[in-house]
Amino acid sequence: MNINEIRAQFPTLHREVNGKPLVYFDNGATSQKPQSVIDRITQYYTDENANIHRGVHTLSQEATSNYESARKTIQDYIGASSEVEIIFTKGTTDSINLVAHSFGELMQAGDEVVISAMEHHSNIVPWQMLCEKKDCKLKILPMNEQGELLLDELDQLLTDRTKLVAVTHISNSLGTINDVDEIIRKAHNVGAKVLIDGAQSVQHLDVDVGKLDCDFYAFSGHKLFGPTGVGILYGKRELLEQMPPYQGGGDMIKEVTLEKTTYNTLPHKFEAGTPNIAGGIGLGAAFEFLSKLDMSALVEHEQDLLDYATEQLEKIDGLKIYGTAKTKTSVVSFLIEGTHPYDVGTLLDKLGIAVRTGHHCTQPVMQFYNIPGTIRASFAFYNTREEIDRMIAALDRIIPMLKD
Amino acid sequence: MDTITEKEEAIIDEFSIYDDWMDKYEYIIELGKDLPLIDDDQKTEDKLIKGCQSRVWLSAEKRDGKMKYTADSDAIITKGIIALLIRVLNNEKPEDIAKAELRFIKAIGLQEHLSPTRSNGLVSMVKQMKMNALKQVS
Ligand SMILES: Cc1ncc(COP(=O)(O)O)c(C=O)c1O
Repeated sequence: MNINEIRAQFPTLHREVNGKPLVYFDNGATSQKPQSVIDRITQYYTDENANIHRGVHTLSQEATSNYESARKTIQDYIGASSEVEIIFTKGTTDSINLVAHSFGELMQAGDEVVISAMEHHSNIVPWQMLCEKKDCKLKILPMNEQGELLLDELDQLLTDRTKLVAVTHISNSLGTINDVDEIIRKAHNVGAKVLIDGAQSVQHLDVDVGKLDCDFYAFSGHKLFGPTGVGILYGKRELLEQMPPYQGGGDMIKEVTLEKTTYNTLPHKFEAGTPNIAGGIGLGAAFEFLSKLDMSALVEHEQDLLDYATEQLEKIDGLKIYGTAKTKTSVVSFLIEGTHPYDVGTLLDKLGIAVRTGHHCTQPVMQFYNIPGTIRASFAFYNTREEIDRMIAALDRIIPMLKD
Repeated sequence: MDTITEKEEAIIDEFSIYDDWMDKYEYIIELGKDLPLIDDDQKTEDKLIKGCQSRVWLSAEKRDGKMKYTADSDAIITKGIIALLIRVLNNEKPEDIAKAELRFIKAIGLQEHLSPTRSNGLVSMVKQMKMNALKQVS
Protein backbone atom coordinates (compact mmCIF):
# COMPACT_ATOMS: atom_id res chain seq x y z
CA MET A 1 0.00 0.00 0.00
CA ASN A 2 1.65 3.20 -1.15
CA ILE A 3 0.47 6.10 0.98
CA ASN A 4 2.12 8.64 -1.31
CA GLU A 5 0.02 7.45 -4.22
CA ILE A 6 -3.08 7.96 -2.11
CA ARG A 7 -1.90 11.37 -0.90
CA ALA A 8 -1.32 12.43 -4.48
CA GLN A 9 -5.06 12.16 -5.08
CA PHE A 10 -5.88 14.79 -2.41
CA PRO A 11 -5.02 18.26 -3.76
CA THR A 12 -5.57 20.12 -0.47
CA LEU A 13 -2.87 18.05 1.22
CA HIS A 14 -0.32 19.67 -1.06
CA ARG A 15 -0.90 23.31 -0.17
CA GLU A 16 1.05 25.47 2.21
CA VAL A 17 -0.28 27.12 5.35
CA ASN A 18 1.58 30.06 6.81
CA GLY A 19 4.50 29.31 4.53
CA LYS A 20 4.80 25.69 5.67
CA PRO A 21 3.58 22.50 4.01
CA LEU A 22 0.21 21.65 5.50
CA VAL A 23 -0.03 18.84 8.03
CA TYR A 24 -3.73 18.09 8.24
CA PHE A 25 -4.64 16.40 11.52
CA ASP A 26 -8.25 17.57 11.80
CA ASN A 27 -9.82 14.64 10.01
CA GLY A 28 -12.26 14.07 12.86
CA ALA A 29 -13.88 17.39 11.96
CA THR A 30 -13.84 16.77 8.22
CA SER A 31 -11.67 14.91 5.76
CA GLN A 32 -10.05 16.22 2.60
CA LYS A 33 -11.51 15.24 -0.76
CA PRO A 34 -9.89 13.15 -3.49
CA GLN A 35 -9.72 14.57 -7.02
CA SER A 36 -12.23 11.95 -8.23
CA VAL A 37 -14.92 13.34 -5.90
CA ILE A 38 -14.15 16.94 -6.84
CA ASP A 39 -14.23 16.05 -10.53
CA ARG A 40 -17.49 14.16 -10.19
CA ILE A 41 -19.21 17.18 -8.66
CA THR A 42 -17.76 19.48 -11.31
CA GLN A 43 -18.91 17.11 -14.02
CA TYR A 44 -22.43 17.06 -12.60
CA TYR A 45 -22.73 20.84 -12.66
CA THR A 46 -20.92 21.13 -15.99
CA ASP A 47 -22.76 18.47 -17.96
CA GLU A 48 -25.59 16.81 -16.11
CA ASN A 49 -27.43 19.35 -13.96
CA ALA A 50 -31.19 18.77 -13.79
CA ASN A 51 -33.79 18.21 -11.13
CA ILE A 52 -34.51 14.59 -10.36
CA HIS A 53 -37.55 12.35 -10.03
CA ARG A 54 -39.75 14.76 -11.91
CA GLY A 55 -38.87 15.18 -15.56
CA VAL A 56 -39.39 13.12 -18.67
CA HIS A 57 -36.56 14.91 -20.43
CA THR A 58 -33.24 13.21 -20.92
CA LEU A 59 -31.19 15.37 -18.60
CA SER A 60 -33.55 14.79 -15.69
CA GLN A 61 -33.63 11.08 -16.40
CA GLU A 62 -29.84 10.95 -16.39
CA ALA A 63 -29.52 12.95 -13.18
CA THR A 64 -32.11 10.73 -11.50
CA SER A 65 -30.34 7.61 -12.59
CA ASN A 66 -26.93 8.93 -11.41
CA TYR A 67 -28.37 9.95 -8.06
CA GLU A 68 -30.09 6.61 -7.59
CA SER A 69 -27.00 4.72 -8.62
CA ALA A 70 -25.07 6.58 -5.86
CA ARG A 71 -27.67 5.27 -3.43
CA LYS A 72 -27.05 1.75 -4.72
CA THR A 73 -23.26 2.13 -4.37
CA ILE A 74 -23.69 3.21 -0.76
CA GLN A 75 -26.15 0.39 -0.06
CA ASP A 76 -23.66 -2.18 -1.36
CA TYR A 77 -20.75 -0.66 0.54
CA ILE A 78 -22.41 -0.66 3.94
CA GLY A 79 -24.25 -3.94 3.47
CA ALA A 80 -27.88 -2.78 3.58
CA SER A 81 -30.34 -5.29 2.17
CA SER A 82 -32.25 -2.84 -0.02
CA GLU A 83 -31.65 0.62 -1.46
CA VAL A 84 -34.91 1.83 0.09
CA GLU A 85 -33.12 1.58 3.44
CA ILE A 86 -30.65 4.28 2.38
CA ILE A 87 -32.09 7.75 3.08
CA PHE A 88 -30.17 10.77 1.87
CA THR A 89 -29.97 13.46 4.56
CA LYS A 90 -27.85 16.55 5.22
CA GLY A 91 -25.52 14.61 7.50
CA THR A 92 -25.31 12.76 10.79
CA THR A 93 -27.08 15.52 12.72
CA ASP A 94 -29.94 15.56 10.26
CA SER A 95 -30.17 11.74 10.27
CA ILE A 96 -30.41 11.63 14.06
CA ASN A 97 -33.00 14.40 14.12
CA LEU A 98 -35.04 12.50 11.56
CA VAL A 99 -35.11 9.44 13.82
CA ALA A 100 -35.78 11.52 16.93
CA HIS A 101 -38.74 13.08 15.16
CA SER A 102 -40.25 10.19 13.23
CA PHE A 103 -39.36 7.23 15.44
CA GLY A 104 -40.14 9.55 18.35
CA GLU A 105 -43.70 9.81 17.07
CA LEU A 106 -44.10 6.11 17.86
CA MET A 107 -43.09 6.66 21.51
CA GLN A 108 -45.41 7.15 24.49
CA ALA A 109 -45.05 9.13 27.70
CA GLY A 110 -42.93 7.14 30.13
CA ASP A 111 -40.90 5.40 27.42
CA GLU A 112 -37.12 5.51 27.72
CA VAL A 113 -34.12 6.34 25.55
CA VAL A 114 -30.57 5.34 26.51
CA ILE A 115 -27.53 7.27 25.26
CA SER A 116 -23.91 7.13 26.45
CA ALA A 117 -21.70 9.53 28.36
CA MET A 118 -19.43 10.07 25.36
CA GLU A 119 -21.94 11.27 22.77
CA HIS A 120 -21.47 14.18 20.39
CA HIS A 121 -24.00 16.96 21.05
CA SER A 122 -25.79 15.76 17.89
CA ASN A 123 -26.63 12.53 19.64
CA ILE A 124 -27.66 14.19 22.91
CA VAL A 125 -29.74 17.26 22.15
CA PRO A 126 -32.30 15.65 19.79
CA TRP A 127 -33.07 13.06 22.51
CA GLN A 128 -33.35 15.70 25.21
CA MET A 129 -35.77 17.60 22.98
CA LEU A 130 -37.77 14.44 22.28
CA CYS A 131 -37.91 13.42 25.93
CA GLU A 132 -39.08 16.88 26.91
CA LYS A 133 -41.77 16.94 24.25
CA LYS A 134 -43.02 13.39 24.81
CA ASP A 135 -42.43 13.19 28.54
CA CYS A 136 -39.98 10.32 28.06
CA LYS A 137 -36.97 9.49 30.16
CA LEU A 138 -33.35 9.85 29.03
CA LYS A 139 -30.84 7.49 30.64
CA ILE A 140 -27.06 7.66 30.41
CA LEU A 141 -24.69 4.74 30.04
CA PRO A 142 -21.55 5.80 31.95
CA MET A 143 -17.87 5.38 31.05
CA ASN A 144 -14.63 4.84 32.98
CA GLU A 145 -11.47 6.99 33.18
CA GLN A 146 -10.02 5.32 30.08
CA GLY A 147 -13.07 6.40 28.12
CA GLU A 148 -14.64 2.95 27.83
CA LEU A 149 -18.37 2.41 28.22
CA LEU A 150 -19.41 0.34 31.23
CA LEU A 151 -21.39 -2.24 29.32
CA ASP A 152 -22.30 -4.21 32.45
CA GLU A 153 -24.33 -1.22 33.59
CA LEU A 154 -26.40 -1.36 30.45
CA ASP A 155 -28.28 -4.35 31.87
CA GLN A 156 -29.60 -2.20 34.72
CA LEU A 157 -30.51 0.68 32.42
CA LEU A 158 -32.52 -1.41 29.96
CA THR A 159 -36.16 -1.99 30.88
CA ASP A 160 -39.29 -3.00 29.04
CA ARG A 161 -39.90 0.75 28.59
CA THR A 162 -36.62 1.23 26.69
CA LYS A 163 -37.59 2.03 23.12
CA LEU A 164 -34.23 3.14 21.77
CA VAL A 165 -30.53 2.95 22.56
CA ALA A 166 -28.53 5.62 20.68
CA VAL A 167 -24.74 5.34 20.95
CA THR A 168 -21.73 6.34 18.97
CA HIS A 169 -19.68 3.69 17.21
CA ILE A 170 -16.49 5.71 17.71
CA SER A 171 -16.02 8.64 20.09
CA ASN A 172 -14.88 11.73 18.20
CA SER A 173 -13.11 13.26 21.20
CA LEU A 174 -11.55 10.12 22.74
CA GLY A 175 -11.19 7.73 19.81
CA THR A 176 -12.82 4.81 21.66
CA ILE A 177 -14.27 2.13 19.41
CA ASN A 178 -17.34 0.90 21.26
CA ASP A 179 -18.45 -2.70 21.32
CA VAL A 180 -21.63 -1.96 19.44
CA ASP A 181 -22.29 -5.65 18.73
CA GLU A 182 -22.74 -6.23 22.44
CA ILE A 183 -24.85 -3.09 22.88
CA ILE A 184 -27.13 -4.10 20.00
CA ARG A 185 -27.49 -7.64 21.37
CA LYS A 186 -28.39 -6.43 24.84
CA ALA A 187 -30.84 -3.81 23.58
CA HIS A 188 -32.59 -6.26 21.28
CA ASN A 189 -32.99 -8.65 24.21
CA VAL A 190 -35.40 -6.19 25.81
CA GLY A 191 -37.01 -5.30 22.50
CA ALA A 192 -35.37 -1.89 22.18
CA LYS A 193 -34.19 -0.50 18.84
CA VAL A 194 -30.64 0.74 18.34
CA LEU A 195 -29.29 3.79 16.52
CA ILE A 196 -25.55 3.88 15.90
CA ASP A 197 -23.89 7.26 15.33
CA GLY A 198 -21.37 6.30 12.68
CA ALA A 199 -20.02 9.79 11.97
CA GLN A 200 -16.49 8.69 12.83
CA SER A 201 -16.69 5.08 11.72
CA VAL A 202 -17.19 4.35 8.05
CA GLN A 203 -13.86 6.04 7.24
CA HIS A 204 -12.00 3.95 9.82
CA LEU A 205 -13.76 0.58 9.98
CA ASP A 206 -15.35 -1.97 7.76
CA VAL A 207 -18.99 -1.23 8.58
CA ASP A 208 -21.65 -3.76 7.63
CA VAL A 209 -25.06 -2.70 8.90
CA GLY A 210 -26.55 -6.06 8.01
CA LYS A 211 -24.06 -7.98 10.14
CA LEU A 212 -24.30 -5.42 12.94
CA ASP A 213 -28.08 -5.83 12.92
CA CYS A 214 -28.51 -2.24 14.11
CA ASP A 215 -31.86 -0.60 13.41
CA PHE A 216 -30.48 2.79 12.37
CA TYR A 217 -27.00 3.89 11.32
CA ALA A 218 -26.22 7.59 10.76
CA PHE A 219 -23.19 9.16 9.10
CA SER A 220 -21.93 12.24 7.23
CA GLY A 221 -20.43 12.35 3.75
CA HIS A 222 -17.89 15.05 4.51
CA LYS A 223 -15.99 12.99 7.06
CA LEU A 224 -15.45 10.13 4.63
CA PHE A 225 -13.93 12.01 1.71
CA GLY A 226 -17.26 13.14 0.25
CA PRO A 227 -18.86 16.59 0.05
CA THR A 228 -20.43 18.59 2.88
CA GLY A 229 -24.19 18.89 3.23
CA VAL A 230 -24.98 15.26 2.49
CA GLY A 231 -25.17 12.21 4.70
CA ILE A 232 -27.01 8.97 5.16
CA LEU A 233 -29.55 7.45 7.44
CA TYR A 234 -29.68 3.70 7.14
CA GLY A 235 -32.83 2.25 8.67
CA LYS A 236 -34.36 -1.21 8.64
CA ARG A 237 -37.13 -1.27 6.10
CA GLU A 238 -39.97 -2.47 8.31
CA LEU A 239 -39.14 0.20 10.87
CA LEU A 240 -38.96 2.99 8.29
CA GLU A 241 -42.31 1.81 6.92
CA GLN A 242 -43.92 2.26 10.34
CA MET A 243 -42.49 5.72 10.95
CA PRO A 244 -44.37 8.85 9.84
CA PRO A 245 -42.52 11.28 7.52
CA TYR A 246 -40.12 13.87 8.90
CA GLN A 247 -40.73 16.87 6.66
CA GLY A 248 -43.52 17.53 4.22
CA GLY A 249 -43.11 18.83 0.69
CA GLY A 250 -42.37 17.77 -2.86
CA ASP A 251 -41.00 14.33 -3.71
CA MET A 252 -42.26 12.71 -0.50
CA ILE A 253 -45.89 12.47 -1.61
CA LYS A 254 -47.91 10.03 -3.64
CA GLU A 255 -50.98 12.20 -4.03
CA VAL A 256 -51.90 15.58 -2.62
CA THR A 257 -55.37 17.07 -2.50
CA LEU A 258 -56.04 20.18 -0.49
CA GLU A 259 -57.62 17.99 2.17
CA LYS A 260 -55.29 15.06 2.42
CA THR A 261 -51.96 13.68 1.26
CA THR A 262 -50.82 10.13 0.81
CA TYR A 263 -47.13 9.56 1.17
CA ASN A 264 -44.61 8.24 -1.27
CA THR A 265 -42.86 4.94 -0.78
CA LEU A 266 -39.43 4.52 0.79
CA PRO A 267 -36.93 6.04 0.61
CA HIS A 268 -38.67 9.11 -0.87
CA LYS A 269 -41.10 9.37 2.03
CA PHE A 270 -38.21 10.80 4.06
CA GLU A 271 -36.72 12.97 1.32
CA ALA A 272 -38.91 16.04 1.00
CA GLY A 273 -37.94 18.69 -1.51
CA THR A 274 -35.16 18.86 -4.07
CA PRO A 275 -32.26 17.05 -2.43
CA ASN A 276 -28.56 17.83 -2.56
CA ILE A 277 -28.19 16.13 -5.93
CA ALA A 278 -24.55 17.05 -6.54
CA GLY A 279 -23.81 16.03 -2.96
CA GLY A 280 -25.44 12.62 -3.34
CA ILE A 281 -23.62 11.95 -6.58
CA GLY A 282 -20.36 13.20 -5.01
CA LEU A 283 -20.91 10.92 -2.03
CA GLY A 284 -21.39 8.03 -4.41
CA ALA A 285 -18.00 8.91 -5.93
CA ALA A 286 -16.45 8.93 -2.45
CA PHE A 287 -17.69 5.39 -1.86
CA GLU A 288 -16.37 4.32 -5.25
CA PHE A 289 -13.03 5.79 -4.23
CA LEU A 290 -13.15 3.89 -0.94
CA SER A 291 -14.10 0.61 -2.54
CA LYS A 292 -10.98 0.70 -4.73
CA LEU A 293 -8.73 0.85 -1.64
CA ASP A 294 -7.42 -1.99 0.43
CA MET A 295 -9.27 -0.98 3.58
CA SER A 296 -7.72 -3.57 5.87
CA ALA A 297 -4.20 -2.40 4.97
CA LEU A 298 -5.25 1.20 5.55
CA VAL A 299 -6.78 0.39 8.92
CA GLU A 300 -3.47 -1.18 9.86
CA HIS A 301 -1.66 1.95 8.72
CA GLU A 302 -3.98 4.13 10.82
CA GLN A 303 -3.34 1.91 13.85
CA ASP A 304 0.37 2.36 13.28
CA LEU A 305 -0.11 6.15 13.18
CA LEU A 306 -2.10 5.98 16.41
CA ASP A 307 0.52 3.84 18.17
CA TYR A 308 3.40 5.95 16.90
CA ALA A 309 1.76 9.26 17.83
CA THR A 310 0.80 7.94 21.26
CA GLU A 311 4.33 6.71 21.93
CA GLN A 312 5.94 9.97 20.76
CA LEU A 313 3.48 12.22 22.60
CA GLU A 314 3.91 10.29 25.85
CA LYS A 315 7.60 11.22 25.82
CA ILE A 316 6.67 14.89 26.25
CA ASP A 317 6.94 16.09 29.81
CA GLY A 318 3.59 16.92 31.42
CA LEU A 319 1.55 15.67 28.48
CA LYS A 320 -1.56 13.70 29.29
CA ILE A 321 -3.65 11.75 26.81
CA TYR A 322 -7.43 11.64 27.31
CA GLY A 323 -8.99 8.48 25.95
CA THR A 324 -6.86 5.39 26.51
CA ALA A 325 -9.36 2.68 25.67
CA LYS A 326 -8.10 -0.75 24.64
CA THR A 327 -9.75 -0.43 21.25
CA LYS A 328 -9.17 2.97 19.69
CA THR A 329 -9.15 4.56 16.30
CA SER A 330 -6.59 7.12 15.11
CA VAL A 331 -7.58 9.99 17.37
CA VAL A 332 -5.37 11.40 20.13
CA SER A 333 -6.75 13.98 22.53
CA PHE A 334 -4.26 15.53 24.92
CA LEU A 335 -3.36 18.40 27.21
CA ILE A 336 0.05 19.71 28.22
CA GLU A 337 0.52 20.83 31.78
CA GLY A 338 1.01 24.60 32.10
CA THR A 339 -0.33 25.37 28.63
CA HIS A 340 -3.76 26.21 27.24
CA PRO A 341 -5.09 24.29 24.22
CA TYR A 342 -5.96 27.55 22.45
CA ASP A 343 -2.32 28.67 22.60
CA VAL A 344 -0.96 25.32 21.46
CA GLY A 345 -3.47 25.15 18.59
CA THR A 346 -2.69 28.71 17.50
CA LEU A 347 1.06 28.12 17.40
CA LEU A 348 0.78 24.72 15.71
CA ASP A 349 -1.26 26.47 13.01
CA LYS A 350 1.53 29.00 12.55
CA LEU A 351 3.80 26.03 11.87
CA GLY A 352 1.39 24.63 9.30
CA ILE A 353 -0.17 21.96 11.51
CA ALA A 354 -3.96 21.81 11.70
CA VAL A 355 -5.38 20.28 14.89
CA ARG A 356 -8.64 20.93 16.67
CA THR A 357 -8.81 22.51 20.09
CA GLY A 358 -11.78 22.88 22.40
CA HIS A 359 -14.55 20.59 23.54
CA HIS A 360 -15.19 18.93 20.13
CA CYS A 361 -18.96 19.21 20.65
CA THR A 362 -18.72 16.77 23.55
CA GLN A 363 -18.99 19.05 26.57
CA PRO A 364 -20.17 16.23 28.87
CA VAL A 365 -16.91 14.36 28.14
CA MET A 366 -14.94 17.45 29.13
CA GLN A 367 -17.06 17.79 32.28
CA PHE A 368 -16.33 14.13 33.08
CA TYR A 369 -12.57 14.83 33.06
CA ASN A 370 -13.08 18.31 34.52
CA ILE A 371 -11.11 19.99 31.72
CA PRO A 372 -12.07 22.91 29.46
CA GLY A 373 -11.12 21.08 26.30
CA THR A 374 -8.29 19.21 24.64
CA ILE A 375 -5.94 19.40 21.69
CA ARG A 376 -7.04 16.72 19.26
CA ALA A 377 -4.99 15.23 16.46
CA SER A 378 -7.13 12.94 14.31
CA PHE A 379 -5.48 11.00 11.50
CA ALA A 380 -6.76 9.67 8.21
CA PHE A 381 -5.07 6.99 6.13
CA TYR A 382 -3.36 9.64 4.02
CA ASN A 383 -1.36 10.86 7.01
CA THR A 384 2.20 9.70 7.65
CA ARG A 385 4.71 9.11 10.44
CA GLU A 386 6.77 12.02 9.04
CA GLU A 387 3.83 14.35 9.65
CA ILE A 388 3.62 13.12 13.23
CA ASP A 389 7.35 13.83 13.57
CA ARG A 390 6.64 17.39 12.41
CA MET A 391 3.94 17.80 15.03
CA ILE A 392 6.23 16.49 17.77
CA ALA A 393 9.05 18.81 16.66
CA ALA A 394 6.60 21.71 16.63
CA LEU A 395 5.41 20.86 20.15
CA ASP A 396 9.02 20.68 21.34
CA ARG A 397 9.47 24.22 20.05
CA ILE A 398 6.16 25.61 21.30
CA ILE A 399 5.99 24.23 24.81
CA PRO A 400 9.03 26.12 26.18
CA MET A 401 7.62 29.33 24.71
CA LEU A 402 4.35 28.88 26.57
CA LYS A 403 5.62 27.70 29.91
CA ASP A 404 7.01 30.24 32.38
CA MET B 1 -2.66 62.86 16.79
CA ASP B 2 -4.37 61.78 19.98
CA THR B 3 -2.54 59.61 22.43
CA ILE B 4 -4.46 56.46 21.54
CA THR B 5 -3.33 56.68 17.93
CA GLU B 6 0.21 57.48 19.06
CA LYS B 7 0.30 54.39 21.20
CA GLU B 8 -1.05 52.32 18.32
CA GLU B 9 1.70 53.68 16.04
CA ALA B 10 4.31 52.71 18.61
CA ILE B 11 3.01 49.14 18.72
CA ILE B 12 2.95 48.88 14.92
CA ASP B 13 6.57 50.07 14.98
CA GLU B 14 7.58 47.48 17.55
CA PHE B 15 5.99 44.69 15.57
CA SER B 16 7.52 45.77 12.27
CA ILE B 17 10.83 44.14 13.20
CA TYR B 18 9.30 40.66 13.24
CA ASP B 19 9.03 38.99 9.91
CA ASP B 20 8.71 35.52 11.39
CA TRP B 21 5.39 34.51 12.87
CA MET B 22 6.95 32.61 15.72
CA ASP B 23 9.02 35.63 16.81
CA LYS B 24 5.92 37.75 16.78
CA TYR B 25 4.09 35.25 18.92
CA GLU B 26 7.04 34.89 21.24
CA TYR B 27 6.74 38.62 21.89
CA ILE B 28 2.97 38.47 22.42
CA ILE B 29 3.46 35.63 24.88
CA GLU B 30 6.02 37.66 26.81
CA LEU B 31 3.54 40.55 26.97
CA GLY B 32 0.95 38.11 28.26
CA LYS B 33 3.27 36.92 30.97
CA ASP B 34 3.92 40.53 32.08
CA LEU B 35 0.29 41.58 32.25
CA PRO B 36 -0.79 42.24 35.83
CA LEU B 37 -3.14 39.46 36.79
CA ILE B 38 -6.52 39.75 38.31
CA ASP B 39 -6.38 37.88 41.61
CA ASP B 40 -8.11 34.53 41.45
CA ASP B 41 -10.70 35.60 44.04
CA GLN B 42 -11.50 38.60 41.82
CA LYS B 43 -12.25 36.38 38.83
CA THR B 44 -15.95 36.47 39.51
CA GLU B 45 -18.82 35.65 37.14
CA ASP B 46 -19.65 39.34 36.61
CA LYS B 47 -16.15 40.01 35.25
CA LEU B 48 -16.10 36.91 33.09
CA ILE B 49 -16.44 37.18 29.33
CA LYS B 50 -17.12 33.72 28.00
CA GLY B 51 -15.49 32.53 24.84
CA CYS B 52 -15.75 28.97 23.71
CA GLN B 53 -11.99 28.52 23.35
CA SER B 54 -10.61 30.74 26.09
CA ARG B 55 -12.01 32.83 28.90
CA VAL B 56 -11.40 36.49 29.67
CA TRP B 57 -11.93 38.51 32.85
CA LEU B 58 -12.19 42.27 32.63
CA SER B 59 -12.47 44.87 35.31
CA ALA B 60 -12.91 48.60 34.61
CA GLU B 61 -13.25 51.81 36.59
CA LYS B 62 -12.92 55.55 36.13
CA ARG B 63 -10.40 57.51 38.19
CA ASP B 64 -9.49 61.18 37.68
CA GLY B 65 -11.50 61.26 34.48
CA LYS B 66 -9.56 58.36 32.94
CA MET B 67 -10.45 54.72 32.43
CA LYS B 68 -8.45 52.08 34.30
CA TYR B 69 -8.60 48.53 33.02
CA THR B 70 -7.21 45.24 34.28
CA ALA B 71 -7.84 41.95 32.58
CA ASP B 72 -6.77 38.36 32.44
CA SER B 73 -7.28 35.21 30.40
CA ASP B 74 -6.61 31.54 30.85
CA ALA B 75 -4.87 31.47 27.44
CA ILE B 76 -1.55 33.27 27.19
CA ILE B 77 -1.86 34.46 23.58
CA THR B 78 -5.26 35.93 24.37
CA LYS B 79 -3.65 37.54 27.39
CA GLY B 80 -0.85 39.03 25.29
CA ILE B 81 -3.37 40.63 22.98
CA ILE B 82 -5.26 41.91 26.00
CA ALA B 83 -2.02 43.48 27.19
CA LEU B 84 -1.79 45.41 23.92
CA LEU B 85 -5.41 46.53 24.11
CA ILE B 86 -4.95 47.68 27.67
CA ARG B 87 -1.75 49.50 26.84
CA VAL B 88 -3.60 51.44 24.15
CA LEU B 89 -6.80 52.19 26.07
CA ASN B 90 -5.66 52.48 29.67
CA ASN B 91 -5.53 55.95 31.23
CA GLU B 92 -7.49 57.43 28.38
CA LYS B 93 -10.61 59.56 28.49
CA PRO B 94 -13.86 57.59 28.11
CA GLU B 95 -14.91 59.61 25.06
CA ASP B 96 -11.66 58.82 23.23
CA ILE B 97 -11.97 55.14 24.05
CA ALA B 98 -15.53 55.00 22.80
CA LYS B 99 -14.49 56.21 19.37
CA ALA B 100 -11.14 54.38 19.09
CA GLU B 101 -10.95 52.27 15.95
CA LEU B 102 -8.04 50.08 17.08
CA ARG B 103 -6.58 49.77 13.62
CA PHE B 104 -3.29 48.51 15.00
CA ILE B 105 -4.67 45.00 15.51
CA LYS B 106 -5.01 44.55 11.77
CA ALA B 107 -1.79 46.39 11.04
CA ILE B 108 0.24 43.94 13.11
CA GLY B 109 -1.55 40.97 11.58
CA LEU B 110 -3.53 39.81 14.60
CA GLN B 111 -7.05 40.45 13.31
CA GLU B 112 -7.72 36.70 13.17
CA HIS B 113 -7.72 36.69 16.95
CA LEU B 114 -10.46 39.30 16.94
CA SER B 115 -12.64 37.37 14.56
CA PRO B 116 -15.98 36.39 16.10
CA THR B 117 -15.52 32.83 14.83
CA ARG B 118 -12.40 32.46 16.96
CA SER B 119 -14.61 32.58 20.05
CA ASN B 120 -11.82 33.45 22.45
CA GLY B 121 -13.69 36.25 24.21
CA LEU B 122 -11.61 39.09 22.69
CA VAL B 123 -14.30 40.59 20.49
CA SER B 124 -16.67 40.73 23.42
CA MET B 125 -13.90 42.15 25.57
CA VAL B 126 -13.30 45.09 23.22
CA LYS B 127 -17.04 45.70 23.13
CA GLN B 128 -17.16 45.56 26.90
CA MET B 129 -14.25 47.99 27.27
CA LYS B 130 -16.04 50.47 25.05
CA MET B 131 -19.32 49.97 26.86
CA ASN B 132 -17.62 50.66 30.16
CA ALA B 133 -16.19 53.85 28.73
CA LEU B 134 -19.48 54.90 27.14
CA LYS B 135 -21.28 54.55 30.45
CA GLN B 136 -18.84 57.11 31.84
CA VAL B 137 -19.24 59.65 29.03
CA SER B 138 -22.55 61.55 29.37
C1 LIG C 1 -19.51 11.29 16.72
C2 LIG C 1 -20.14 12.38 15.92
N1 LIG C 1 -21.47 12.47 15.85
C3 LIG C 1 -22.07 13.43 15.13
C4 LIG C 1 -21.36 14.38 14.44
C5 LIG C 1 -22.11 15.44 13.69
O1 LIG C 1 -21.86 15.35 12.33
P1 LIG C 1 -22.36 16.48 11.33
O2 LIG C 1 -21.94 17.78 11.92
O3 LIG C 1 -21.67 16.16 10.04
O4 LIG C 1 -23.85 16.36 11.24
C6 LIG C 1 -19.97 14.34 14.50
C7 LIG C 1 -19.17 15.36 13.80
O5 LIG C 1 -18.49 16.20 14.34
C8 LIG C 1 -19.34 13.32 15.26
O6 LIG C 1 -18.02 13.27 15.35
